[in-house]
Amino acid sequence: MMNKLRATEARRRAALSGIADRWAALPAWQRLIGVTAFIAILYYLPLLGVPGLTWLRTDSIDGGNSWAGVLFTCAIYVLVAIGLNVVVGLAGLLDLGYIGFFAIGAYSVALFGSTNSPVVKWMQRTFELEPTWAVAWAICIPLAIALSLTSGVILGWPTLRLRGDYLAIVTLGFGEIIRIVARNLTGVTNGAAGISAIPGPEGAPSADNQIFGLQDLKPWYWLAITVVLLMVFAVRRLENSRVGRSWLAIREDEDAAAVMGVNGFKFKLWAFAIGAALGGLSGFLFASRNAFIDPSQFNATLSILFVAMVVVGGSGNMVGVAFGAVLLAYLPERFRFVSDYRWVAFGFAMVVVMVLRPQGLIPSRRRARELQDRAKEAKVSV
Amino acid sequence: MSETTSTESREPVIPSQPGPRRLLLEIDQVVLRFGGVVALNEVSFQIHEGEILGLIGPNGAGKTTCFNVMTGVFKPTSGQVRFAGARVSGRKPPEISRMGISRTFQNIRLFPEMTALENVMVGTDSRHKTSVVGALFRLYRVRPKPEELPQVTSEAGLLRTWQQVRRSCAQIFGLSRHILEERAAEKKSLELLRFVGIQGRANEVARNLSYGDQRRLEIARALATEPKLICLDEPAAGFNPAEKEQLLKLIRQIRDRGHTVLLIEHDMRLVMGVTDRVVVLEFGTKIAEGSPDEVSRDPRVIAAYLGESVDAA
Ligand SMILES: Nc1ncnc2c1ncn2[C@@H]1O[C@H](COP(=O)(O)OP(=O)(O)OP(=O)(O)O)[C@@H](O)[C@H]1O
Ligand SMILES: [Mg+2]
Repeated sequence: MMNKLRATEARRRAALSGIADRWAALPAWQRLIGVTAFIAILYYLPLLGVPGLTWLRTDSIDGGNSWAGVLFTCAIYVLVAIGLNVVVGLAGLLDLGYIGFFAIGAYSVALFGSTNSPVVKWMQRTFELEPTWAVAWAICIPLAIALSLTSGVILGWPTLRLRGDYLAIVTLGFGEIIRIVARNLTGVTNGAAGISAIPGPEGAPSADNQIFGLQDLKPWYWLAITVVLLMVFAVRRLENSRVGRSWLAIREDEDAAAVMGVNGFKFKLWAFAIGAALGGLSGFLFASRNAFIDPSQFNATLSILFVAMVVVGGSGNMVGVAFGAVLLAYLPERFRFVSDYRWVAFGFAMVVVMVLRPQGLIPSRRRARELQDRAKEAKVSV
Repeated sequence: MSETTSTESREPVIPSQPGPRRLLLEIDQVVLRFGGVVALNEVSFQIHEGEILGLIGPNGAGKTTCFNVMTGVFKPTSGQVRFAGARVSGRKPPEISRMGISRTFQNIRLFPEMTALENVMVGTDSRHKTSVVGALFRLYRVRPKPEELPQVTSEAGLLRTWQQVRRSCAQIFGLSRHILEERAAEKKSLELLRFVGIQGRANEVARNLSYGDQRRLEIARALATEPKLICLDEPAAGFNPAEKEQLLKLIRQIRDRGHTVLLIEHDMRLVMGVTDRVVVLEFGTKIAEGSPDEVSRDPRVIAAYLGESVDAA
């Protein structure tokens, strides 16, 4: 049984790598057309009405969630996965507290953009502003990025000198600390009561909003997917540059890299900061769309889910981690029976994937080889 | 030790351009202790620009440790290393690499999952100015040299117009420094791969290269950092005589390219054939220094090293 599974698996893997090879061999203009078509499909997705494919929609089942809303969540998770992939997949730093940066991004827009936040109320009192005043949504974007990036640097500065497991423990603690601070610092964050009226592109949530309303979620998805595409573009630029090479070199052999002139600490810190900024940005989008956040939304299980998206999808490969994120966000929504046993099914799926495909579903080629070789070594040493 | 060396089998030494040379590296009374083990005991020697210096000694003599001190992997317990007049000891490896010292490793340490070309490009990166912001936004523009401009290759039609537009844009706005650096790095890396003789394996991941090619790749990667001094740690380990002959030529060529070479090697034939001067270590202490001829006649060296290897054979 297991052998048969492995055999089909091997065949499928061969087919997959065939696709990747053929894709890379295509002329540039054909790839451009392919990418353009794919992007067009992404934008069309919330309108999906092609007969025969409508079953994909989450609202095609009883009590299913808004299709565009689910797509929005998928997009947010893809953004998270891309950011975490920079840290875990490229630079090889195990970060188990990624939710912390997500929360910081979310709280940035909540604390500064919502009229209900104690911070804005304090500003209104101190500077004698109108009670409707709050920091504009557009200004909250750089604010969220800056705050999460800074927190990434502050966390990374002392901890990136640690290696391996120690870093994982420290980051796990960081994620929890952020949540606990958000819950206990009632005077600033409203504590467990949370913050409502978080603004979107059109300002505070209200029935008058024309585009980014609470009912029609398509524009939210389009906004999120635009951000995702921009970030994919940016991270690709880094991956295919000196920076990406340095990350790989650090992951492979940090000491040799140092002797070859790679400033390991600097590039690890950059990876951490970039990952943090992307996490913050996704938290920002999440909070804007949700209009309400409270600390319980940022618990450690979500951190683990984030790492799972990266590992299941294929650590180190952007396409892979994006696929993993979509899978973990979409499946429980479409197949509701899964969602009831979500964590059981999830744990089971993880085990199956890790047994049959330890490199992830769409692995980076490098990682795939690394793990295959490790498997070989293990056999030899037995 | 498998290599038996006798004075008869030695090739004649052609001393390369004599005359006073500039002092490049100075190791001054360096002591390094690992707990109770004294790995280096008041070792002092100097390397002059343009020479090939051999560093020999029996196993465990402290040769690799000496490299580790020079490249910042270990900090000496006492004593100093100076390179081109500047202090080396106490600095971090990346900084020392930029000062102009590079090395290969006795136990090969490539980046196994990166291609040969990428391995070498990591070396070239140590001279690059672009970092995260530059690679991301590419706003820093430089005026390209004529040969760096985009070429107009198409005969006619839309493609030609497009190429002309790109060329004009590059002339007016310049090209991003990042892109120029990236192109130059690739070109230089390919050239270095050709130099060490493995250009055909450029896109192979390092782990899949043969043992000898991995050693050659390490040399190419070390050269890519544009070192003034390149330290080779047993580059001939595991080589057959034909390969050793090639390596001998390669080392001379490296010197002719303007690098100073420090060579650790157990094969005495190779050491005698290529070095201008030899320093001998035993148990962390320098026991002799001089021309290969002088050193191989030194009774202490014969007792410590050659004698031992003859006995062993
Ligand atoms: N990191 C370390 N910790 C403790 N002792 C070390 C360390 N590195 C080297 N030594 C010791 O220092 C001494 C010199 O070792 P080194 O590797 O420099 O020898 P070597 O001359 O390169 O020998 P070989 O010809 O075998 O490569 C040895 O006794 C070794 O055990
Ligand atoms: Mg050694």
